[in-house]
Amino acid sequence: MARAASPRKQLITTLAAWSVALIIFFPVLWMILTSFKTEASAVASPPELLGADWTLDNYAEVWSRSDYPRFFWNSVVISVGSTLLGLAIAIPAAWSMAFVPGKRTKDLLMWMLSTKMMPAVAVMIPIYLLFQWLGIFDTRIGLILALMLMNLPIIIWMLYTYFKEIPGEILEAARMDGASLWNEIVYVLTPMAIPGIASTMLLNVILAWNEAFWTITLTTTKAAPLSAFIASFSAPQGLFYAKLSAASAMAILPILILGWFSQKQLVRGLTFGAVK
Amino acid sequence: MSTQSTRMAARFMVAPSVIVLFIWMIVPLAMTAYFSFRLYRLLSPDRTGWVGFNNYVWFFNSPDFWLALTNTLLLVGGVLVITVVLGILIALLLDQPVKGQGVLRILVIAPFFVMPPVAASIWENLFMHPQNGLFAAIARGFGAQPILFLENYPMPSVIGIVAWEWLPFATLIFVTALQSLSSEQLEAAEMDGASAFNRFRYIILPHLTRAITVVILIQTIFLLGIFGEIFTTTQGGPGSASTTLPYMIFKQAIVAKDIGRAAAGGIIAVILANIVAYFLMRGIGRHLDA
Repeated sequence: MARAASPRKQLITTLAAWSVALIIFFPVLWMILTSFKTEASAVASPPELLGADWTLDNYAEVWSRSDYPRFFWNSVVISVGSTLLGLAIAIPAAWSMAFVPGKRTKDLLMWMLSTKMMPAVAVMIPIYLLFQWLGIFDTRIGLILALMLMNLPIIIWMLYTYFKEIPGEILEAARMDGASLWNEIVYVLTPMAIPGIASTMLLNVILAWNEAFWTITLTTTKAAPLSAFIASFSAPQGLFYAKLSAASAMAILPILILGWFSQKQLVRGLTFGAVK
Repeated sequence: MSTQSTRMAARFMVAPSVIVLFIWMIVPLAMTAYFSFRLYRLLSPDRTGWVGFNNYVWFFNSPDFWLALTNTLLLVGGVLVITVVLGILIALLLDQPVKGQGVLRILVIAPFFVMPPVAASIWENLFMHPQNGLFAAIARGFGAQPILFLENYPMPSVIGIVAWEWLPFATLIFVTALQSLSSEQLEAAEMDGASAFNRFRYIILPHLTRAITVVILIQTIFLLGIFGEIFTTTQGGPGSASTTLPYMIFKQAIVAKDIGRAAAGGIIAVILANIVAYFLMRGIGRHLDA
């Protein structure tokens, strides 16, 4: 609903919009700036900006003191793995709910979403015991399963809203031409649904990357991803601000950059197709 | 287009999702229910047995429980109000013809990509810390005493941090919704002399109903389980001042090592979550295109 406005009004709104955006972004910016300061400069009062001592040592030290590549690789494997596994289970489900809806489809979707309302803490002990018993505690496969199940309702819901926008006539035409159900899904539906699947994938990689309850509860060392890396870093040493900031930046930058590049697709996915 | 065989196939394809979700829900829930009626303390492993509703009674008699319940509702309600109100205002601003829309969006969406432990630790250390935080430095700059955010105002501080994390989500949904609002309608209203407030009240706000629904539904799902932010910043304190229901359960399980009581708390939390879910789905679920 962009409308023409007087230059003065436009200047004011531009200034206001930029101020608001910078305030929202400021904590991230300040963290990144702090990560390049020396420890003394990071806690200087009044805060130093132009006259600060800039350095790259914090990154070097975090890198040498911790096994960052292992945490990073665990994060990648767990978030991508849980998303792909989730898609494999969710695509057929979302397909059938979108194109062969039954009387209870809506209730089923609501039920799936409501399973996410169960506070994770409430079932922490049983899940911990089950994972120990199954021998998947502190393994990547265990975390892939846990995060897949946690995000499955969201994956199904997002795919469902995308699939529903695909006209059913196309599928009928394919069926008339003798396409089997499998062919219909693989050759007709999937190509049309690629944008939807892509943004579902992106959002779920981000959700899984940032998940910080199961990833910390269900790991000790072997399978620990970046959320555990940062939790271990901030716990004992409150006063090493610059190093803490550097570690934080190393934990969030990969996903921040991915998110920035894909924000258009993300926004649509985030609204569950309910907002056009 | 649904013949008998397609319908069979459809059931067959939904089944895996329903089965795995059902198992993921029911097995831990059944175990929690079982533990909740047992004496199960990690510090005295020899003493076990059925204790009836004792664990539940302990929870309901604990003054912390009612505080935790209030705090949970305050957290969910507070964050919802802040993100919806500010989200709409910021969305209205971003929807104006301003320079650099693309960059603005990148700046505004950033907090959404920051994982909760990092968000909490940025705010706790770099901003709210009474000696080295930026807020303390600003206060000193004005010659004032630094505010002890996490000590004296633990709940508002936690609500502020969580609201910062969720504001981008709300804002972007509102921005998306505003883009589909026809400018003709607004211009016509303006011509007819409708004030800015009335244009907002009678045209923009009704248009946003569905977007508000989505924001409330999705955020509530995530907010009911908020844990990491409290764990990183206040640890539920001082005392129990910022203990929410999930955090109280966590304290019973990990600090007191009383699995029975923690399980009873878990069942109570699940029941409460279901009540909230029921009202949410009834009240606003119909706005969703399911």
